[in-house]
Amino acid sequence: MDKVLMKGNEAIAEAAIKAGCDCFFGYPITPQNEVPEYMAKHMAKSGGVFIQAESEVAAINMVYGASGAGFRVMTSTSSPGMALKQEGISYLVGAELPAVIVNISRGGPGLGSIQSSQSDYFQVTRGGGNGDYRIIVFAPSSIQEAVDLTAKAFDLADYYRNPVIVLGDGMIGQMMEPVEFYLTKNRTLPTKDWATTGTNGERKPNIINSLALVSEDLERHNYKLQKKYDEMEEKEVMYETHKMQGAEIVLVAYGTTSRITKNAIDSLRESGIKAGLIRPITLWPFPNKAFNEIPKPAKSILVVEMSMGQMIDDVRIANEGRLPIHFHGRPGGMIPTPEEIVEKAKEIVGGAK
Amino acid sequence: MNKDKRICIISGYYGNGKTEFALNYAISLAKQGIKTVLADLDFVNPYFRSREKEQLLNGYGVKLVSSNIKKLGSDLPAISGGVAGSLNDLSVRVVLDVGGDATGARVLSSHKDHLIEGQYDMFYVVNANRLENLTAEGVINNMKEIEKSARAKFTGLVNNTHLLRYTTVADILKGQTVCENVSKIVNLPIKYIAASEMIIGKQPKDLEGEILPINMLIREAWM
Repeated sequence: MDKVLMKGNEAIAEAAIKAGCDCFFGYPITPQNEVPEYMAKHMAKSGGVFIQAESEVAAINMVYGASGAGFRVMTSTSSPGMALKQEGISYLVGAELPAVIVNISRGGPGLGSIQSSQSDYFQVTRGGGNGDYRIIVFAPSSIQEAVDLTAKAFDLADYYRNPVIVLGDGMIGQMMEPVEFYLTKNRTLPTKDWATTGTNGERKPNIINSLALVSEDLERHNYKLQKKYDEMEEKEVMYETHKMQGAEIVLVAYGTTSRITKNAIDSLRESGIKAGLIRPITLWPFPNKAFNEIPKPAKSILVVEMSMGQMIDDVRIANEGRLPIHFHGRPGGMIPTPEEIVEKAKEIVGGAK
Repeated sequence: MNKDKRICIISGYYGNGKTEFALNYAISLAKQGIKTVLADLDFVNPYFRSREKEQLLNGYGVKLVSSNIKKLGSDLPAISGGVAGSLNDLSVRVVLDVGGDATGARVLSSHKDHLIEGQYDMFYVVNANRLENLTAEGVINNMKEIEKSARAKFTGLVNNTHLLRYTTVADILKGQTVCENVSKIVNLPIKYIAASEMIIGKQPKDLEGEILPINMLIREAWM
């Protein structure tokens, strides 16, 4: 298929359909509305189910039900809606149910704004739900990457029997870019022999549940879940490094901000400052490894986010106290310009050379 | 361009490039010394609306009317009374940037007293690299839906087929074929071919439609 021009939200929806998404449950909220809108138009055509739920809470519980019955399921929302889904997400993890959850994030806290923001980093990597749990979080920085990661999210969700989050800031949802849909090689996935598909009187019933009243059982369950998180940390880390060779200042940014940062890096290099970029693609598991490989000349790190500084906590952990860490952020739906990042970097390095 | 009617409605499937076309069209009019108003009627899309470019438009002498809620970060369906005002003002050319598809075009029906057949133009902007507009059939379906909810009729087509900075002449030609097929079926002319600087001059000279140079005004450099 030739390249087509798509909006991020549409592309994510189409990628989900192509990945074999059987059911979509969602509730409208700007700036992700094109996802349910596209699903409403196209799911029936592809033999799938689209339901506009009565709320985000209802949608995530529909996800729980359909996933428990063995279907490939997706929901999408934006920040305040994501907050509402937290209980359901914890239940999905507890019951070991695969699902893809898309968050096209906007300014907060509270109802916030409809403009692009990255202030849901804590929410997606630390989780607002209860219990010991971890979720793989993909943060695409282009529409093509959003397409590829959405497809991958379905596979990883099935493989680990755990939800996977695709986090795009509002810009990623609204921006248009040429994309291609190609068949990715699926990893070998286990059959869903745990799903509630009916026993036909031939086996014991499967039970989907996150309640365990015997503490010993729940402890065992937590050990089992932890093993999966360990495997995710070992195998699923994704990141990009850009112009890191000889970098004296290392910028760290994800999603839309990483694109802006790349422009800033070009103009910094033009003015003689060697700047490089670490771009986490998985926000969890965080690419700690990339920070162990920062080249010797590096004197400082500059974290750029559309927030007051959330990923910076993970950068501090990964950095293990080696380099001083600086921050530039714009909260509330404001988008940093390449110029202000350049200025901040120059200030840190000590003026133009 | 000077043969177009005083009121010019820009509509089409969402993401086809209506806003970029409307901005460039309005600026081209203003550059010819024509008093021009751009009415941003887009209450469907939350991002990338022409109202974000008010300063730029004013710089060219284009007046912008949009929502009566001045803040940008709103997707409320509020349309300024200034829109009706400029539709009534016979001394100005009005370019209407209509958002979304059929849903977004519904706003036009509330101005139907000003939209008298034969006194306005309504252009369907085609980007044949959009999934819904890959074929003439897709375009015509969209056109019918929009006409129904807008209670207005298309009078021409704009070939705005591109792939952003990856656009080649082949994209223009692909779009032109779709537009020609639509044109034959619905009997409407291809009025414009929108082309960025890197394409202008490279396309065959005998294509139907006036070339309108497009500067990407909405996209930031890092996009």
